[in-house]
Amino acid sequence: MSDAAVTTMDRKPMPGMMVYNKKLGMWVFLLSEVMFFTSLIGTYVILRFAHPDHWTDPGVVLNVPLTAVNTFLLICSSVTMVKAFASIQQGNQKGLQMWLLATILIGATFVGVQAIEYNALLGEGFGPVLDLYHAVGRGNPHEGPSLGGPLYGATFYAMTGFHGAHVTIGVFCLIFVYIRSLQGAYTQDSLEGVEVIGLYWHFVDLVWILLFTIVYLI
Amino acid sequence: MNFFWRMGLLLAGMLAVVIGLSVITGISWLDLSWVMPDNVVSTFGPTLDNLWLVILWITGIIFVVTEITLLVFMVKYRHKEDRKADYIHGSNKAEVVWTSITFVIVMALAFYTKGIWDEIRDPNLIPADAYPIHMMAKQFEWNATYAGADGQFGTADDFLSLNVLHIPVDRPVVVQLEAEDVIHSFFLPEFRVKQDAVPGMSTLVWFEATRTGEFTLACAELCGLGHYTMGGTVIVHSQADFQDWLAQQQAAAEDD
Amino acid sequence: MSTTTAMETHTGTAEHHELSFIRKYIFSTDHKMIAKQFLFGGLMFLALGGALAVMIRWQLGFPGRPLPMPLRILFPDTMAPGGIILPEFYNSLVTMHATFMVFFALMPLMAGVFGNLLIPLQIGAEDMAFPRINMASFWIMPVAGFIMLASFFVEGGAAGAGWTSYAPLSTSGEWTGVYMGQILWLVSLIVLGFSSILGALNYVTTVINMRAPGMTWFRIPLATWSIFITAWLLLLAIPILTGGLLLLLFDQTIGTAFFRPEGSGEPLLWQHIFWFFGHPEVYILILPAMGFVSEVIACRSRKPIFGYHSMVVAMVSIGFLGWVVWGHHMFQSGMNPLLGMTFVVTTVVIAVPSAIKTFNWMGTLWRGNIHFDTPLLHAVAFVALFIIGGLSGIFMASAPVDIYIHDTYFIVAHLHYVLVGGSLFGIFAGITFWYPKMFGRMMNEGLGKVHFALSFLFYNMAFFPMHNLGVQGMMRRIYDPNQYEFLQGLQPLNTFISISIFLFVSTQMIFAFNFLWSLREGKVAGNNPWKSNTLLWTTPSPPPHGNFPEMPTVYRGPYEYSHPDREEDYWPQDEPPATTGSGGETVTTPTPELVPGG
Repeated sequence: MSDAAVTTMDRKPMPGMMVYNKKLGMWVFLLSEVMFFTSLIGTYVILRFAHPDHWTDPGVVLNVPLTAVNTFLLICSSVTMVKAFASIQQGNQKGLQMWLLATILIGATFVGVQAIEYNALLGEGFGPVLDLYHAVGRGNPHEGPSLGGPLYGATFYAMTGFHGAHVTIGVFCLIFVYIRSLQGAYTQDSLEGVEVIGLYWHFVDLVWILLFTIVYLI
Repeated sequence: MNFFWRMGLLLAGMLAVVIGLSVITGISWLDLSWVMPDNVVSTFGPTLDNLWLVILWITGIIFVVTEITLLVFMVKYRHKEDRKADYIHGSNKAEVVWTSITFVIVMALAFYTKGIWDEIRDPNLIPADAYPIHMMAKQFEWNATYAGADGQFGTADDFLSLNVLHIPVDRPVVVQLEAEDVIHSFFLPEFRVKQDAVPGMSTLVWFEATRTGEFTLACAELCGLGHYTMGGTVIVHSQADFQDWLAQQQAAAEDD
Repeated sequence: MSTTTAMETHTGTAEHHELSFIRKYIFSTDHKMIAKQFLFGGLMFLALGGALAVMIRWQLGFPGRPLPMPLRILFPDTMAPGGIILPEFYNSLVTMHATFMVFFALMPLMAGVFGNLLIPLQIGAEDMAFPRINMASFWIMPVAGFIMLASFFVEGGAAGAGWTSYAPLSTSGEWTGVYMGQILWLVSLIVLGFSSILGALNYVTTVINMRAPGMTWFRIPLATWSIFITAWLLLLAIPILTGGLLLLLFDQTIGTAFFRPEGSGEPLLWQHIFWFFGHPEVYILILPAMGFVSEVIACRSRKPIFGYHSMVVAMVSIGFLGWVVWGHHMFQSGMNPLLGMTFVVTTVVIAVPSAIKTFNWMGTLWRGNIHFDTPLLHAVAFVALFIIGGLSGIFMASAPVDIYIHDTYFIVAHLHYVLVGGSLFGIFAGITFWYPKMFGRMMNEGLGKVHFALSFLFYNMAFFPMHNLGVQGMMRRIYDPNQYEFLQGLQPLNTFISISIFLFVSTQMIFAFNFLWSLREGKVAGNNPWKSNTLLWTTPSPPPHGNFPEMPTVYRGPYEYSHPDREEDYWPQDEPPATTGSGGETVTTPTPELVPGG
């Protein structure tokens, strides 16, 4: 064994997926997130096919322009996240901090706008709960017949709500990474944390583009 | 004591335990049935029982052959000091053989199954002349609604039969299953019929009785506290009796 | 989750300083300690599940009779007044027995214990990829278990809608009389889901990225392969359940109507979601046992595993096919009957990889040199009982036969043949086989054999006649079968089964005693008591923190037993080939390109 020991010291593990553990772990975790959203989106698709009368035309109840702006914001935050990573790849700590901060602010804004939208929708009677559902549509406060049905509300809040929760968690993680970046924890050679949280952030962004399309536009 | 004596004693001991407990609890292994009970009263029942028998034969033979082989290997290749195991990594030929044999058997079974399944369940093959009954299941009772003289449901002469399903012999019956609260399962063991009644859905299930008598109606899906009490009766009348019964109920319904 | 990844800077490399008691035994990040924690936790829940089974069988074997004395005073009037089990308590018992056994006993005992113990040791890694996530994965389990246990003590009792919690029965206490209990059930399983996902994430990453040099995909021992596939199933199936549970929770608590028909929700949608998770889950519960059994049978019959590659392929295809068969749980549910045939075909196709595995195990025993020790006996019992469970599955895979036996005791017999005869015997094989590595001592052989023989006998006495109950039409989850005239004749058989279960459960005391006694009094094991090949057995028993003094190199597959050129009948994976040659050969480093398959 002692002869072999000399040669084993510099032996590398099997190459695996050619990425470091944290990145692979995040990829794997995101696959499981895909399945989580699949269960929600699948529920939505099945319920919508079974009960088309519970849905209205796009834009009658939901505020599409506001959310389109919000979607644009979230896409921008993906860009700023890429910028943050690109900065630290070049060893630019100031750049990293600035772009991280931008991402955090945009992410928080997204959640804020979503909260405002929820508030307005609930005010118009578009709720998730069976007994209280009475959506009158935009611009018709408290008058007119109920449009759509409670399944519309329930699936809407379930999908956008769990997505919003993911964004919120992402913002907190970004704040954590930001604080670490202020402490100078990331360098050109040590940027795993930034890349991994970036992956999560892009994933959440991607899910939103899908949700926006199927919830608001179709 | 050599290996076989020890194994023999062990088996004898085990057998003694089984027999002892059987005597104490009063069961007879000879009475236990491995085929479907001989009480079938629906037209497709015997087909289904035959399918059972086919599967029992196939699986039974595989069961006996594999378990005996396993036992033989265990005995024959048990550890002996002076022997080394053979250095064999496998055999592609064997893999191909048992993979394809298994595949052929199960696929044959699947296609044999298809005809029977369609006969029983294909919604397009429900006999057109079947006598319609509405069955509303709720905690913990079965409400059978009959259309009355006009043959239409939802009219004034409809009448209800609680926990007793009356049907004519030798005529297909189609039951439209619905549930008011939770899922129940409409189970007629002697008819080989089982179909869940799901709230918010309406499911058709048909069958045809081959003889008259009283049979079991049971709930097979956990439906709450009183699930175990949710039983009922199926009464199969001769066609003439059934008409009499209908007329009688009809009259009673009109008196109300 | 992301916070933890971001914080993860410590990789667990051999720390030689002394750890405090809390860091070493409670909040440990060492995969071996976490495996032991899962083992003790899982065995405790197994005992609890067994106790619930005894209660169920008491009611069925002796309906209307008060519980025997020590048990009688344990239960308040809301559960069993005067020792007589109430119907609502019976429903809770049935539900909680299944829930504890599936989620808190079998899953932790398979993936939790052996995933943690075996993966790093068998592939030559110093620890898991993410030790702290691993620790979190364990500590979530007792939290979830506590919530689940608490549900027995809230008003209305524990969940009583079956472990499948079919909507709408589970959506409102109006139907079951259980309000808080059902909510706690949902919350507990949602919490537990995180444990499984964090564990699985670790297993997948570790197996892909942390194999020792030379440990190519097709040199990985089958136990690790099986857990690797299981981890993928966990990762992809658990989130589906979590999604469904959350929606059901909303239906329960805030009044949404996803699954409630009064708001146009779809009760069948819940079944689709549940079984889409549920069938991969079934394989989560059996695949690891298949891995353990392969390992034990090859090692104890001193023979290379028969058809290693087809074993791997079979497990992978079971993993894939498990996703397209869920409809066979729903043949009688009101699902479109035309879909039925699709699921019949996919379901019977699963028989093919299962048969391949069975025949390969038998092929391994064939012309072997079989040592009859406890792990081998349990492993062969697994094969024998898995054959029964697999064959009885064919009856219900055939949709028309399923019409009759669906929701009868035939199903109960089948699932217990797979999950007790299969999984539990597989777990016993695993525990007895790897016990010396975990604790440094052997379990007592004599007691082990007695435990095995009695378990095997009582197990079959208990579950085999259940097939007959099913054939006679006895429904499952029935509080008192004697309510039905056609089931009254079955009472003696039910009593027979109940007594056999009591005997089976009592027999497990022997195992418990052997397990605890051997911790201190067992024979010291040494590194490699079974003369096995995997890297695991090259480490001291129990292995130190960091496992391997230096990274081992792998030269061959894990099942090189009884090689004709060697005097020894085993050939460790890390033994350089030069040792049997002239001695002067240079050690050839295995080429990293040798990575067939993905």
